[in-house]
Amino acid sequence: MLLDVCNVSKIYGPSCNRCLDLTGSEANRAICPVCNSIVAINSINLTAEHNEILGIVGESGSGKSTLLQLIYQDISASSGTIFFNGLQNDRGTPLNILDLPPSMVSRLKNKEMSMIYQNPRLGLNFLFSAGGNIAERIIGSGERRYEEIRKGSLDYIDRIEMDSSRIDDYPEEFSGGQQQRIQIAKALSSSPKLLLLDEPTTGLDVSVQAKILDLIKELQQEMGFSMIIVSHDLGVINHLTDITVVMKHGTLVEYGLTDQILEDPQHPYTQLLVSSIL
Amino acid sequence: MMNDLKLEVKNLAKTFTLHQRNGMEISGFSDVSFSVKKGALLALTGPSGAGKSSILKTIYRTYLASYGCIEFHRKNGLILDLVSSTESQILALRKQEMGFVTQFLKVLPRITALQTVAAPLLEVGETKHRAFSHAADLLELLGIREELFHVSPLTFSGGEQQRVNIARGVIAPKELLLLDEPTASLDEQSSDKVLNLLMGLKEKGIAMIGIFHDKQKIARVADSSFNVTGNACMNSAIVQKEAA
Repeated sequence: MLLDVCNVSKIYGPSCNRCLDLTGSEANRAICPVCNSIVAINSINLTAEHNEILGIVGESGSGKSTLLQLIYQDISASSGTIFFNGLQNDRGTPLNILDLPPSMVSRLKNKEMSMIYQNPRLGLNFLFSAGGNIAERIIGSGERRYEEIRKGSLDYIDRIEMDSSRIDDYPEEFSGGQQQRIQIAKALSSSPKLLLLDEPTTGLDVSVQAKILDLIKELQQEMGFSMIIVSHDLGVINHLTDITVVMKHGTLVEYGLTDQILEDPQHPYTQLLVSSIL
Repeated sequence: MMNDLKLEVKNLAKTFTLHQRNGMEISGFSDVSFSVKKGALLALTGPSGAGKSSILKTIYRTYLASYGCIEFHRKNGLILDLVSSTESQILALRKQEMGFVTQFLKVLPRITALQTVAAPLLEVGETKHRAFSHAADLLELLGIREELFHVSPLTFSGGEQQRVNIARGVIAPKELLLLDEPTASLDEQSSDKVLNLLMGLKEKGIAMIGIFHDKQKIARVADSSFNVTGNACMNSAIVQKEAA
């Protein structure tokens, strides 16, 4: 198993001992009526195998992006454990990656996991060139030889089907779709085991969107990493994922094979979501 | 002989609950039991709306069963219940041992006919050259004109799409193949070619469950049949082979 998320919650606000019980899909709210805390993620359990592609769908505010940020540790969890890729201490006890020291967290984020954000400004350093951005990650994953770093950057520029003559251009000199491609190149340049994607194509026009999705799928088949994709677009989910998770008010309401979620949804909310496809 | 069994369906039932219609329940099918052996084809028959496609989708786990079990006899000798197994187990099975030729072709508009058919071979590690060459042979065998190979099959006629769909389903045949009306939109000649392909798969030991309407076709390719008639299903019967 690559990823094992156990009972993870994220609460914004003072929080009380009733927060988790009084919120969620059944309570039909994400704000605790006792202490007014926002329960963004409520006791989520989730697993992902190697080479598996998971999609997370749900309405705005359901906690999809928060869950991704918790796994990537952009934010800290209020409770729960996450085990990743058999990571354990010297005594062989599995390590909860939510409790890792900062040095280990950055090693994990530089090498084993990558995130592609909806907003390229979150994933790219706009003060560095395209090649510099990719090189930064290759260096972060441990490579120190200049020639290897440059070769790696050029290789990934080539993989995202971009002209290598643009390697020294800065992110702001690229279009939105090209910036997303550079983010993809940067994210994959450390050969991560898990790629997290937060609405990777939202805001791009459909032709660019299709090309980016094809690129992601092709690279996944070639490199064999696992992916978790957050999207509110069920077309994207249908195209890319094997398994779909449906979230509402911070809780997981349905988990199943993507074709099953789309053709035989069980939960009332999933049925509403699927029946809303244009 | 027990060892020859590929799939056993026992007391399978499916009910759809429509939450947007105040929890209204619609019965898809109930009390379905049959088995299929390696190298044999079971024909599902019955009127439209009786639940034939739903049975296939439940075996493939696109639909979740409401009751019963589906025992899949794996290559490694173990038996997996497709009703209670995990999503990851089903995904692995779909990649390696269970294929589904759906009634209608579903592909992206950017993918050519040749790429569509070659994809399953590439997935199992075949080289690009061999995969594309095999795909071209198969498309040619099924009567798709060469000039169409590099065009998206979504622009094809219904019958051509169905042949591309079948080619994709049989190019890297899995141990169990589910076929949803594989010859429905085909003329006699094309239909004949498809049936010959299915006969060839049987010789390779592939087990198949297919939905057919035409009695002659059933008599030609099926070893047994299961008649789905609304909620009450008839027992499996051995198909009378035509003497010829």
